[in-house]
Amino acid sequence: MIEAVGLTKRYGAKTAVYNLSFQVRPGTVTGFLGPNGSGKSTTMRMILGLDAPTTGQVTIGGYPYRKLPNAPRQVGALLDAKAVHGGRHARNHLLCLAQLSGIPARRVDEVLGVVGLQDVAKKRSKGFSLGMGQRLGIAAALLGDPQVLLFDEPVNGLDPEGILWVRNLMKALAAEGRTVFVSSHLMSEMALTAEHLIVIGRGQLLADMSVRDFISANSADFARVRTPDSEPQHREKLTAALTEAGGQVMPEQDGALRVTGLPLPRISDLAHGADVRLWELSPHQASLEEAYMRMTQGAVDYRSTIDQRAGLQEQLPPGAVPQGQMPVAGQGQPGWYAPPPPQQGGQPFAMPQPQMPQPPQDPAGTPNPYAGAPQPPAAPVPAAAPAPAPDLTKGATDNEDAAR
Amino acid sequence: MITLDGLTKRYGEKVAVNDLTFAVRPGVVTGFLGPNGAGKSTTMRMILGLDNPSGGAVRIEGKHYSQLKDPLRRVGALLDAKAMHGGRSAFNHLLCLAQSNGIPRARVSEVLDTVGLTAVAKKKAKGFSLGMGQRLGIAGALLGDPEILMFDEPVNGLDPEGIHWIRNLMKSLAAEGRTVFVSSHLMSEMALTADHLVVIGQGRLLADTSMSDFIRQNSRSYVRLRSPQRERLLDVLHEAGVGAVEARDGALEVDGTPPERLGELAASRQVVLHELSPQQASLEEAFMRLTAESVEYHAHSDRPGGAVPAGEPPAWGEGWQRRKGA
Amino acid sequence: MAAAQVLRSEWTKIRSVSSTVWTLGLAGVVTIALGMLISILSRNDYDSLNAKDRLTFDPTYISFAGMSLGQLAMIVFGVLVVSNEYSTGMIRTSLAAVPQRGTLLFGKVFVATLLALAVGLATSFVTFFAGQAVLGPYRAGLGDPGVLRAVIGGGLYMTLIAMFSMGVAAMLRSPMLSLGILMPFFFLISSILGGVSATKKIGRFLPDQAGSRIMQVKTPFDDDTPYGPWGGLAIMVAWVVLALLGGYALLKKRDA
Repeated sequence: MIEAVGLTKRYGAKTAVYNLSFQVRPGTVTGFLGPNGSGKSTTMRMILGLDAPTTGQVTIGGYPYRKLPNAPRQVGALLDAKAVHGGRHARNHLLCLAQLSGIPARRVDEVLGVVGLQDVAKKRSKGFSLGMGQRLGIAAALLGDPQVLLFDEPVNGLDPEGILWVRNLMKALAAEGRTVFVSSHLMSEMALTAEHLIVIGRGQLLADMSVRDFISANSADFARVRTPDSEPQHREKLTAALTEAGGQVMPEQDGALRVTGLPLPRISDLAHGADVRLWELSPHQASLEEAYMRMTQGAVDYRSTIDQRAGLQEQLPPGAVPQGQMPVAGQGQPGWYAPPPPQQGGQPFAMPQPQMPQPPQDPAGTPNPYAGAPQPPAAPVPAAAPAPAPDLTKGATDNEDAAR
Repeated sequence: MITLDGLTKRYGEKVAVNDLTFAVRPGVVTGFLGPNGAGKSTTMRMILGLDNPSGGAVRIEGKHYSQLKDPLRRVGALLDAKAMHGGRSAFNHLLCLAQSNGIPRARVSEVLDTVGLTAVAKKKAKGFSLGMGQRLGIAGALLGDPEILMFDEPVNGLDPEGIHWIRNLMKSLAAEGRTVFVSSHLMSEMALTADHLVVIGQGRLLADTSMSDFIRQNSRSYVRLRSPQRERLLDVLHEAGVGAVEARDGALEVDGTPPERLGELAASRQVVLHELSPQQASLEEAFMRLTAESVEYHAHSDRPGGAVPAGEPPAWGEGWQRRKGA
Repeated sequence: MAAAQVLRSEWTKIRSVSSTVWTLGLAGVVTIALGMLISILSRNDYDSLNAKDRLTFDPTYISFAGMSLGQLAMIVFGVLVVSNEYSTGMIRTSLAAVPQRGTLLFGKVFVATLLALAVGLATSFVTFFAGQAVLGPYRAGLGDPGVLRAVIGGGLYMTLIAMFSMGVAAMLRSPMLSLGILMPFFFLISSILGGVSATKKIGRFLPDQAGSRIMQVKTPFDDDTPYGPWGGLAIMVAWVVLALLGGYALLKKRDA
């Protein structure tokens, strides 16, 4: 169990982490999310006693890390795969660590076997690929058979097999009753691994809840409905019926309809009432990524804009698609990130306590489905309007990696 | 269009790339997949003329890379975010690339703006985080507004906003009719980005198909049915000779029958359906199955390393070592 | 056209890294400062010289004494210009932009050479005038026979040293390896070979010994060097051409 209470870290005038309070409980994989520069690494470093908090405290099993009796056997961490002396053999690297904390040498060979590095145990880690370095780092984290594990971007550089392995390893460690705390930028990966989420932005807590709750709180579930391809008038008819019943309907790329605001049985009944046969009626949940994007808009340091290609206009290839077509839900359109919805104003994270920003949709009584419908994140902004870049001036100083 | 014709690369005894023949077509995002050491990077380097093939050839619109005039205007590539001089500012890095291909100076500021690095344009690249370096590399690829783009692990080090951005960038580039070739280890990411897949293993071509075909061929897909009239639905299915399996949550799962047919069937027999959803395995599962099979085939060794049940991870790298021993 | 683009690009590359400024700056400062120091010492020493030594007293060559150390900075410049591309991984980006490897290499060498020549000539003239000013009554004038040749030759010598280093770095790729070979080569091996009479005959065909001949205005009495100032420079040019061709051949063949 990791517990942070009022954790704050200032570097001079800059506040990296502000008044963070959360608990990471044993038995589940807890994901730790946030944009670049949000204070994730700083928090991880404070948990491990590498940085001292300015105020507040963070404890592991009730003790600050530096006061933990035999810390390496209670806490294992993978922070940076490159934090290894490159000239040392993989096995010797682990042996050093093991001897420091009184772990038998036998355990070293054990963990090398677990991560699949036994064949290269005698090679210098200098020659390791990023993926091999990552395996070595995981081996080091597992060395003391600890109850609490921290992983920072564990799948970096791994191939698909390694990614699958790490994911299953983390789940298995949690299932054994251990505390597993993982940070990652890969939402799709996190959705498969974590059960619980802690989200921070600008050093403050944005959310501390289960993945499922997080997704439903920050996005809308929807249904995908498909009518027979041969009868387009049925599609029109169904769209009308669904809209009349208060649903919001958007076309998808392949001709299906994305329906929000109506439960599946109701859609089924409405289709039946309109005498429309259905070829598909499937429930969908928005992705973790969509939910995350909605929540953290505005807390991003480097925002990309549309490629204007001013100097190279004549180079536009023949197949260029004109901008400004009808918005299509989902994919295939230049999905530059839409500006934050007006409801959220300019400061979605002003409050220190985790208060969920309002999901920007208005569930009922909105007549125009395009105006009131939850904007899917891929909705195109008007052509040639660069997304706002709220913080470009802060630049590299705001980036946690670059700051060091 | 990138055309590979019997492309082969040997390093001494070791064959890194073995007789690869495929084409990367414009208008779609083509994913390039394979386990570590499969030869992906070597192939990409040969496309760019950085490595010389031992056999076969790779052509870009029918020409060798070295025959292209101002190649950055034809092909943009992100191979390695660190392929730049750390002491040079982001702006100057792009400027020297632009000048070597006669690209106007104004374009440099433009691509910096596109990738969101304008504020740090004058900063030295060595102070950049991995994600910022990646953005600078992407800016370099976009510089000449090329019809062909190659990205090797583009989301490495990017934060979620960056990942989302690069994914949509690649899709919109493809939608404009460009050729987009992207390698990645992140199956879940690839599933969202690519339309077409090229899969290699041990330097050999394993698959060259559309994403949906790939998943269909390499995994189980089925249809989930839910109905308030469950018994009646079972009868109807039985009469029509369609086998259904009960899922744990009370839904029915039907293999091998398209959802269209099930929808028609239910409509004609007046069965109310509350769910009719086609289910597909993930790209990851399909990929694991395909590469595990190829591994097995070559090594004649124990069990397939396919989709592993959670809770009991196999020793990491079992398949990896199998391959090495093969 | 394409070549002009490459030259412009290489100029941007070379001016946008700080190592250019400090290596070339160091080459100039060290050469000038050490030259002045040795000139002061020589002037104070002049009275203790015997008649024979006074006859061969070469004020021009003495003012160039700092070059033995200053050339090391020139070597670092030449090595870094080329090997930085490899050590940073920039070479892959560069070769993707300019797949004609010869054009890339020689464009780079050309730009770096021009810069080295400018710095070399400036250094050479400044160190000459500074040295002569310090030498006071024993100084030589630019109009004296052979002196102008020696001063211009000093600039050419520094330039050729940098070019030779570029060729070697293009062959070896690693900056550490290149410097590890070139530094002792010019600083130790050359003078050791020159110091022992048995190997002296070989030693004087090394690039630095042959090339530095052009800076001498008066030759020692027992001198039996089989080449003159321009002949020596030609030997050095041959070394440079060899190194660059070697670098080109390897770059052409190698995987990047």
